[in-house]
Amino acid sequence: MLYDIFIDPFVQMYDMPDFFLQVLWEGFVAGILYALIALGFVLIFKASGVFNFAQGIMVVFAALTLVGFHENGVPAYMALVLTVFVMGILAYGVERIVMRPLVNQPEIILLMATIGLTYFLVGFGEFVFGGEPKQMITEELGLPTGSTAFEIGERGLIILQHIDIAAAVIAVIMVTALGIFFNKTRIGRALRAVADDHQAALSVGISLNQIWAIVWFAAGLVALATGIMWGARSDVSFALEIVAFKALPVLILGGFTSIPGAIVGGLIIGFGEKIGELYWGGLVGGGVESWLAYIIALVFLLFRPQGLFGERIIERI
Amino acid sequence: MFYREAGQFKTSYKADQALFPILQDRIGMAVILIIAFVVIPAFANDFFLTSIMIPFLVFALAAIGLNILTGYCGQLSLGTGAFMGVGAYAAYKLTSIFPDANVIVMVLVSGVFSAAIGAVFGLPSLRIKGLYLAVTTLAAQFFLEWCFIRIPWLYNYNASGAIEVPRREMFGFIVTGAEALPITRYFVVLCITAGIAYLMANVLRGRIGRSWMMIRDMDIAAELMGVRPLRTKLMAFAVSSYICGVAGAMMVFFWLNAAEPSSYSIRLSFQILFMVILGGLGSLGGAFMGAAFIWILPVLLKFVPGLLGIDIAAETVEHATFMIVGALIIFFLIAEPHGFARLWQIAKQKLRVWPFPY
Repeated sequence: MLYDIFIDPFVQMYDMPDFFLQVLWEGFVAGILYALIALGFVLIFKASGVFNFAQGIMVVFAALTLVGFHENGVPAYMALVLTVFVMGILAYGVERIVMRPLVNQPEIILLMATIGLTYFLVGFGEFVFGGEPKQMITEELGLPTGSTAFEIGERGLIILQHIDIAAAVIAVIMVTALGIFFNKTRIGRALRAVADDHQAALSVGISLNQIWAIVWFAAGLVALATGIMWGARSDVSFALEIVAFKALPVLILGGFTSIPGAIVGGLIIGFGEKIGELYWGGLVGGGVESWLAYIIALVFLLFRPQGLFGERIIERI
Repeated sequence: MFYREAGQFKTSYKADQALFPILQDRIGMAVILIIAFVVIPAFANDFFLTSIMIPFLVFALAAIGLNILTGYCGQLSLGTGAFMGVGAYAAYKLTSIFPDANVIVMVLVSGVFSAAIGAVFGLPSLRIKGLYLAVTTLAAQFFLEWCFIRIPWLYNYNASGAIEVPRREMFGFIVTGAEALPITRYFVVLCITAGIAYLMANVLRGRIGRSWMMIRDMDIAAELMGVRPLRTKLMAFAVSSYICGVAGAMMVFFWLNAAEPSSYSIRLSFQILFMVILGGLGSLGGAFMGAAFIWILPVLLKFVPGLLGIDIAAETVEHATFMIVGALIIFFLIAEPHGFARLWQIAKQKLRVWPFPY
């Protein structure tokens, strides 16, 4: 038993390096996608202190809208533009109808409001687009499909899906763009000011409402990109919602307020999950992917309650 | 005018500290109990009992359980469904290990297992607070759900992977199993729910309940004033999980007859959480009102269009339910964050000063 736990998995890793590399790659891609969802959470949490539970459903909603437009005969790129437009309307609507009346409420109330928003969007999405899974329009959007096989040594072979490579590249581009946006532009600086202190930001003439609408829109764009990538890997359906729950341990690992944290957390969870499932999962009957991420996050939390990159929590009376 | 405490003098501490010190409250409670114990069994048909009253009472009990943790002790939990599942599986195992034992005792004992597991998952609450804690309870939810699927011992190595309730008799009545009459089940569920609600009403206004509320309102201040956070929080987790476990066991034993792991998924956790929010955080009466609302609304939505002669597909009803519940949650959080319980308070105040506006 001890041999199975402590020695055998490592022997396997050494004996079949190609399989191990393949597992690492899978973990990397999954991690990138978790990180993208977590990024959407972090954006909104930083700017408004709202833990946006609806980010996961926004991913599904964006992907469904895109596919829905295309099904009704809109060309792929036009559908993309229209979806961006829809996400803008959603961001404005959420800010106007949900966030503005709830300003200054305790964070638990805001969290519950976003859970309510999740339910509304699930019902609305299924009402408009129907509940059955749909095919993502990968090729029409000009994203690569197919795969490349690399031979390693004499016996090994790893297969890389092109869409996964594209996902990694897009994630890197998005994170860089967001970094520049936050640090170099006027709006980005306003966003950071709001994140630091709402009242101070208000007093120097930054409009909170405008900033929140912008930040929800940015989160909507991140959701759209995530939705396209997840949708290309599997069908577009409300089952993707479960992915949103995966982003929560990622956030915990990285801290709620840190963009690098979201990425590092995503990668740790992605790697940990795939390696744990394939090398150790068999010992307990498999399927550990559903909870391993949470246990990893829980163990981290016990040692660092604010996450890896989070700001230190100071409590005062 | 209709509801006024003026002139009701108490002449003993006992009368002053009664659960319902005001006459009108006592009358109201008596009417509710008479309706529940006499009127409904006398007039309701089987459909009303099995599809409305029994699930309503089960969910109300679960909502009370979550309300103790979230509403009174301030620890947000998203693992209610899994704790209910622990109760259900524990009750199932107990009845198959001790086939001759009284099934109601088994249902009540099963909550103990749920309480133990709840306390274990409550341990991180000492270091982890607020939103972070919500995620650790999600860990409980997914881990326990996985256990229900992957540990065949829990469902007695059934081929189907589901638990089925065996037939059990008590005092000559069939209490559980497919042949049990709805009226018998209704009385069992009603007695357990009412009993636990009564017990909790008393616990919550006593020392234990007050220490929970102190932790909720400000844990550091409570600690400085001599409330031990470890004991208090773990007790809240244990009591809450016990009640949820009993509710989960009742859900399969007296309502569904059979359950799969997916019956206790995260959807159930959210459903219970919504009952608590809409009913009012930190209110027992609110738990009943929230449960009634969340459970009966879809049933109404299903039948009202049919009565009006409009034909609506079943899926549309389901989607509409989702949208309405979601929108209502946001509406309530904005308009009345304390839920139905607060509306009831306002109504009482209006009755008190009637016919004057204030």
